[in-house]
Amino acid sequence: MSLCEPRSVLTQSPGLPKSAEGDPVFPEPWMAEAFALTVHLHERGLFAWSEWAGALATEVHRPGRAEDGSDYFECWVAALSALLVRLGVMHEADIARLQASWQRAAEATPHGQPIELANDPERQGC
Amino acid sequence: MADHHHHHGHDHDQGHDHPENHYSDMQARVKALESLLSEKGLIDPAAIDAIVETYETRVGPRNGAKVVAKAWSDPAFADWLKRDATAAIASLGFTGRQGEHMRAVFNTPDIHNLVVCTLCSCYPWSVLGLPPVWYKAPAYRSRAVIDPRGVLAEFGVALPEQTRIRVWDSTAELRYLVIPERPAGTEHLDDEALADLVSRDAMIGTGVVRAPEEQA
Repeated sequence: MSLCEPRSVLTQSPGLPKSAEGDPVFPEPWMAEAFALTVHLHERGLFAWSEWAGALATEVHRPGRAEDGSDYFECWVAALSALLVRLGVMHEADIARLQASWQRAAEATPHGQPIELANDPERQGC
Repeated sequence: MADHHHHHGHDHDQGHDHPENHYSDMQARVKALESLLSEKGLIDPAAIDAIVETYETRVGPRNGAKVVAKAWSDPAFADWLKRDATAAIASLGFTGRQGEHMRAVFNTPDIHNLVVCTLCSCYPWSVLGLPPVWYKAPAYRSRAVIDPRGVLAEFGVALPEQTRIRVWDSTAELRYLVIPERPAGTEHLDDEALADLVSRDAMIGTGVVRAPEEQA
């Protein structure tokens, strides 16, 4: 993807932190990955802009969220998960199971090796 | 030609029974979404990398560049950075979320420093910003050790023959920040303008810093 391509409409997501040049700013790498995942799924037509905007607004305005917006990308990930569950793409239980599996895999991976799901010692597999 | 330092941070007092890699809940959750979607054939992982790459060089904290600028303009700070980079960097308000130790390695006309890793999670993004996608490629890590001059040439960095290249392998406990050489003709610039010259690649050692008039 070149920088000359039109920006995704998802850069218009309300509250997305932006630089002075109008580019999204990601304080941590996982935030950029979550953003890229959402842009890609939208480009592939999995959901419409309005569906995304609605899902994000629900999470951002949920009671108990940080007033200063410091948990914006937590909201983003919650919105994406909820949308994917609602669309019937996946179940929340599967996300939670794989999340725990990735954490075990990371801790079982020695320095210098790529962290792979297969490194989870509890992972069932052939 | 290259010295390869396997420095695993044993010079500070720390237990070694903790895991070398760790994912936070959010890191792991994003990986979970990605692997589920990939399993179902709904995403192309290469396309995700390409989207991240579009933003990576222009975003993220520019904290490291501010550290470099201060080292250039303030000799006392540069000395402190050489002796205790963790404390010197923390004095500017930048600390790693994972409490990692930092070491600053200074480029000179005789020595060029290049940092490798990270297939795992030891990239100091709190200082350097987002890691480049290529940095995570196994080929980069192994080739940087075997043929650093060749890797640098691919990044457009041609060093004089007499310049030695030092390759540093960052670990979960000790991470490196390359302090590039200050370009000539920048004496009139303030810290902010100096920081703008410092690219992320220069702080990894795959780039050098040029004076503003030399920049395209």
